[in-house]
Amino acid sequence: MSLNLVIVGAGPAGLAAAWSASQSNANITLIDQYDQAGGQIWRGGANYAPKRYQHLFAQQTTLRYLSKTHMLGADADHLFLATPNGPQQLAFDRLILANGARELFLPFPGWTLPKVLGVGGLQALVKGGLQIAGKNIVVAGSGPLLVAVASQLKQRGTIIKAVVEQAPLGQLLRFGRSLAGYPTKIVQAAQSLASLRNTPFYPNAWVVAAEGDGAVQQLRLSNHQIIECDYLACSWGLIANSELAQQLGCTVEHGSVLVDRSQQTSVNHVYAAGELTGIGGEDKAIIEGQIAGFAATGNYHAASQLANKQAQARQFSQQLATSFALRPELRQLAQANTLVCRCEDVAFEQLQHQPSWRSAKLQTRCGMGVCQGRVCSGATQYLFGWGQDSVRFPLHPVSVADLVMESV
Amino acid sequence: MSSAIIVGGGIVGCAVALELAQAGIKVTLIERDCLGSGATAAGMGHIVVMDEGEAQLKLTLYGQQLWQALTADQPQQHEYHECGTLWVATDAEEWQLVAEKAAVYRQHQIPCEMLDAAALYAHEPALRAGLVGGLLVPNDSVVYPPKSAVYLWQQAEKQAANLVYGEVSSIQANAVQLSDGRQLHADAIVVANGQRCIELLPELPIRAKRGQLVITERYPNLIKHQLVELSYIKNAHASSGDSVAFNLQPRPNGQLLIGSSRQFDRTDRQIDQHLLSQMLQKAIDYVPALADVRCLRTWTGVRAASPDGLPLIGQHPKHAWLWLNVGHEGLGITTALSSARLLADQMLHRQAALDLQPYLPRGLQQEQR
Repeated sequence: MSLNLVIVGAGPAGLAAAWSASQSNANITLIDQYDQAGGQIWRGGANYAPKRYQHLFAQQTTLRYLSKTHMLGADADHLFLATPNGPQQLAFDRLILANGARELFLPFPGWTLPKVLGVGGLQALVKGGLQIAGKNIVVAGSGPLLVAVASQLKQRGTIIKAVVEQAPLGQLLRFGRSLAGYPTKIVQAAQSLASLRNTPFYPNAWVVAAEGDGAVQQLRLSNHQIIECDYLACSWGLIANSELAQQLGCTVEHGSVLVDRSQQTSVNHVYAAGELTGIGGEDKAIIEGQIAGFAATGNYHAASQLANKQAQARQFSQQLATSFALRPELRQLAQANTLVCRCEDVAFEQLQHQPSWRSAKLQTRCGMGVCQGRVCSGATQYLFGWGQDSVRFPLHPVSVADLVMESV
Repeated sequence: MSSAIIVGGGIVGCAVALELAQAGIKVTLIERDCLGSGATAAGMGHIVVMDEGEAQLKLTLYGQQLWQALTADQPQQHEYHECGTLWVATDAEEWQLVAEKAAVYRQHQIPCEMLDAAALYAHEPALRAGLVGGLLVPNDSVVYPPKSAVYLWQQAEKQAANLVYGEVSSIQANAVQLSDGRQLHADAIVVANGQRCIELLPELPIRAKRGQLVITERYPNLIKHQLVELSYIKNAHASSGDSVAFNLQPRPNGQLLIGSSRQFDRTDRQIDQHLLSQMLQKAIDYVPALADVRCLRTWTGVRAASPDGLPLIGQHPKHAWLWLNVGHEGLGITTALSSARLLADQMLHRQAALDLQPYLPRGLQQEQR
């Protein structure tokens, strides 16, 4: 009998894992919440992915793709899923987690105004058809995504009023020099920067407040500039979607799932690849995905061939974390009445004297609403230094009928 | 007695802290996580008069009266909501139980109303067709216990009570040992830490009875009363095996809490999918519209069950300095205030409002300690 391998997430890491695993005779099930594979980076479907990943879907041999499927939870050898056809329990022999990251949002006055969006969020909306030509946009926060998205938006005819990066210039220059070891990244960065040639770029600066009547109209920056705009795209980097890993019992440290050289987590037979193990982008996701796919199917030789690239990718990930480390001033942005939890309308002042995340949840309902803390838990960890609380089943809201997993 | 250490900052421990602090005792409350975060946070917060025996009825009724007094000034502080309990009868046998239950409540001047089928559907149109009737007990209510626990603590703190965060590793004569090496001393030690009491006092006749709950998004108009199946009691008090019983609560903010289930001797946090499925299927059977209601979260909690279903309130039979307030099973929110009052009455040699005999510590294993 061949091995049942389940891969969660069909972005670069998941597709790379599926490709490596398809060199064996494993039964591969690839699961994604969206209709089309590709994840955030190759959004729009596997057509945007490199050719060899497209072939995975063309062959329809050993790969089964479960689209529009949400993960609800897991135990030692089953995943609990909400599929378009109802609930499903899926047994696995090996599991590869490749379910990526989300944007980190920090509260500042006005961050909940309409037309204040995430950087990746606005990018996704534009790819989904949002018309933004001629609009004035400020891209702010932190991370390489700012420049990349600003450049894409500009190519679509928007006016980028400014790119505002909290990291100091010196750190950014050091990061730029460190790219020397990664030629493709240099080319990408150079192209993005070239297209933003006449766009104001403010390092060492951040949005202090977004203001407007009904929607964002102007921004106050830490450098005392005031900028008018139609949209603010703002996020402070990425945080791993580690909830499923936590539910499986995998060790998570500083937000990243711990893995060994074969990408195996602290739980036997459970692997993790891509942003989950440390934010590092497409190249890291592909290398780690490939290694996980090989290792999970017993092809340790092929996995070990990639060790150098893996080390390089991890090094890049660390440089990224250091270069774009968030500055402490950002903890002071929220005012007493600034909302931290948008689901349950919990303001900063309700949280600042709470002793722990658990206590804050119980006493204020912060993080207990529809998003289950997906949005605010990253912020509260950064703002107050709180650790994580246990992760509750289901990981995604579903109907009562969809939780009746078994005929009873 | 001039000083007391209370082990456990759940609703029971906080209530005891307030009772003793108000009487001028120097109180130290010890909590391992944060106040009200154990079984206090895991339950439904249903303040309900239960009639399984005279002693239970008196303790829960006394508890309800004390809750009404506590919440009278600031019901919002506790998210107090007098939604009433509606016991639902599915057949003639359960309708007979309605009549018996009504007779008991009336005997104790507890307001209640027998509803025939038409009246039942007028009150709760979302219930499935074909039900026989029900019993409405309008004074029953719900609170949000973690907030109440903190409120009780804050009142105690105003009376100079002291809060210590730490894990108690053992109890000695007039002292507790914390796992970080600290040792605290007092004239009296009160054990009020729920199911974990058996880690400190293995002779206590307390067993874990694990439950699972589900909370939904907001559906403010689906139901108005806490709906409970009449066979709840026979399901709830089986002495072995896993069981589920229909118990559906409307939170004041429109969310719904769906229960209930019981599993003996399990204290882990892993959701039992089979039992969850059974519990939710039963809820859908009673209220079909629940099928499409979206669930946000599930969790587990551990009730501390005594063999006869009544808590142990009073002095440890072997140690004059050691006091117990444990074993409240699924009624700990309702009985927190009444049990705390009855315990304080004993510790302070005051006249108690109820006959204490049924609640005194009993059934302890002999050879230990």
